[in-house]
Amino acid sequence: MMVAQPLIALVGNPNAGKTALFNALTGARQKVANYPGVTVERKSGRMALNDGRPVELVDLPGAYSMVPDSLDETVTRNVILGQQEAQRRPDALIIVVDAGNLDNHLRFTLEVIALGLPVVVALNMIDLAERDGLTISAEKLSAELGVPVIETVAVRKRGLDELRDAMAALSANAGGNHELTAAPTDDRKVINARARQIAKAALISETAGRQWTRRVDSILLHPLAGPLILFGLLFVMFQAVFAWSDAPIGWIEGAMEWLGGIVASAIPEGLFQSLIVDGMIAGVGSVVVFLPQILILFLFILILEASGYMTRAAFVMDRLMAHVGLSGHSFIPLLSSFACAIPGIMATRSIMDQKERLTTILVAPLMTCAARLPVYTVIIGAFIPAQSVGPGIGLQGLVLFVLYLSGILGAMLAALFIRKGITKSIGSSFMLEMPRFQMPRLRDILLGLWQRAWVFLRRAGTIIFAASVILWALLSFPNVPEDSDMTQAEYSIAGRIASGIEPAVRPIGFNEDIALALIPAMAAREVAVSALATANAIDDSGDEDEVAQTLGQRLAGKWSLATALAFLAWFVFAPQCVSTIAVTKRETNGWKWPIFMVTYLFALAYVAAGITYWTAVYFGLG
Amino acid sequence: MQLEQLPLRQKRRIASIDWSLISDSEGHRLRSLGIDEGAQVEALHRGIFWGRDPLAIRVGRMTIAVRRKVAAAIICEVEAA
Repeated sequence: MMVAQPLIALVGNPNAGKTALFNALTGARQKVANYPGVTVERKSGRMALNDGRPVELVDLPGAYSMVPDSLDETVTRNVILGQQEAQRRPDALIIVVDAGNLDNHLRFTLEVIALGLPVVVALNMIDLAERDGLTISAEKLSAELGVPVIETVAVRKRGLDELRDAMAALSANAGGNHELTAAPTDDRKVINARARQIAKAALISETAGRQWTRRVDSILLHPLAGPLILFGLLFVMFQAVFAWSDAPIGWIEGAMEWLGGIVASAIPEGLFQSLIVDGMIAGVGSVVVFLPQILILFLFILILEASGYMTRAAFVMDRLMAHVGLSGHSFIPLLSSFACAIPGIMATRSIMDQKERLTTILVAPLMTCAARLPVYTVIIGAFIPAQSVGPGIGLQGLVLFVLYLSGILGAMLAALFIRKGITKSIGSSFMLEMPRFQMPRLRDILLGLWQRAWVFLRRAGTIIFAASVILWALLSFPNVPEDSDMTQAEYSIAGRIASGIEPAVRPIGFNEDIALALIPAMAAREVAVSALATANAIDDSGDEDEVAQTLGQRLAGKWSLATALAFLAWFVFAPQCVSTIAVTKRETNGWKWPIFMVTYLFALAYVAAGITYWTAVYFGLG
Repeated sequence: MQLEQLPLRQKRRIASIDWSLISDSEGHRLRSLGIDEGAQVEALHRGIFWGRDPLAIRVGRMTIAVRRKVAAAIICEVEAA
């Protein structure tokens, strides 16, 4: 008979160090998925107890209370109560509390203990509490709470053996199906007073510790220095995306060329060779090349999050965002959207105000996501000279910065119109815990980077791979006759579709190349680049000189500067990403808002590209 | 005295909160964060740009950002020794 492995859930306030404890207990044996129907991430992993018994561990979203304020907290509550769809109720819970913040973390602990499930409390970050001058007695805390309390330091793997022993004892006691002995209570006054009282009882001594978080905050939250530091940091981040990625991009390009060469010499010339080299390798390769830039961007975001700076950035931005009906809460999802709008939109679940949340979802696709970088990089590399316009500031980086800025300004204006025109009020609220500063752990950052890289490569291997192969087929058939003066790309099915679309986009300066790239780019923006690469690769088979040229060089020879700039302006706004549209539908429970989003963004893209094109032509760049 | 007007770095006890000045969800979140009658608070930093909004306050050992509008609903008193 199969006996299901015991399921143990990690619960606790945000910033209790839950995820670090989860990483320490499960190592790299983790699975990240979504709860069905909601876009809240479900992280689970396997671990072995000290006697070798396997246990499934699940990391629940941080919660302040069993009475939820946000979607995140709703999921945590439902899982604990066994009411979450397709998720069995945990057999036992580990409540993670920050030892340096006991009176605040004990409230949720008390609410959970009151339910009567088997629990153990992990008194986490005990080292930081000691550094802050606090001496806390785990025994006293255990006596007050009536449940086992284990001291842990997740990031140093301290106390893990003891915690595993306590878990073994729990699952032995649990003996199958424990019934909830009480419904969740929300008598805040009683709970808050009791939490303060227990925290006091468990505290043995308190000396004035180092208060460097406060000192650092007086600089980072300074009315003048704070914004300057934030904008400086963002500028460095975007420059680094270009400056640090040169070498690794060269390696990937070299590897792709080498691979193409091997395949070309191993497979006889013909249709099949063209499918592999022009379709698969050129298509997927032109996108995988951007992995370094995407990882650099995520590296910055992960470090900002892990160090605790992200909430300070939210503090600095709150007032500014209040003007357009958003708040510091929206800043965090919007900054994540610079990497990808999908995690960005998912991060809106922590926003309390529902109108503010909807607005944030609708403008998130305007943040310049990593998928636009391939498009921007190819076009900027081909048309903008690599010259310096000041110490440490390159013209290419500056143009990129302007593109990012356009997206931000567009988002702010769109938010204002949405709040005034649709939700009819621009009220928002902002209440956010700002955790202690912490040195980000290399291991946790690397794990996060690996998960992001994997998602990107999986996309490249599926959506982009499929789009590349289909596009290759559409471009390769029918074969252009020997005596025709048309190129293969023009003569093909894809070329004919493109000439059908071209009249609609000609007024904004687009040519047939672009018309051809726009359709498959609905799947994902970066497909525009692989589409251009595949179309050009098919066209110049045979001409040795042209094959040696990069995509950028080929485009620079064919497009005017005005067209290139219009193409960039289009991609600042155009909602060309099926995944974003799908996640918006799921998050807003229907088609109304995704349809609204797609419509207004395409309209903006068309107008912006048109204005850019005709302005450039006016200045003689056409 | 309203927390909103409290000079920085002065510890006070929350005497009362005027729940009618803030929304239900703000009220619930305030209480979940431990901001209610009897808690010790201190204003740490004042915000950015014009308006000096929001405020960073300390409750127990936690730093929380709140807007001035909410801070104005929190009435503080000097703690009895």
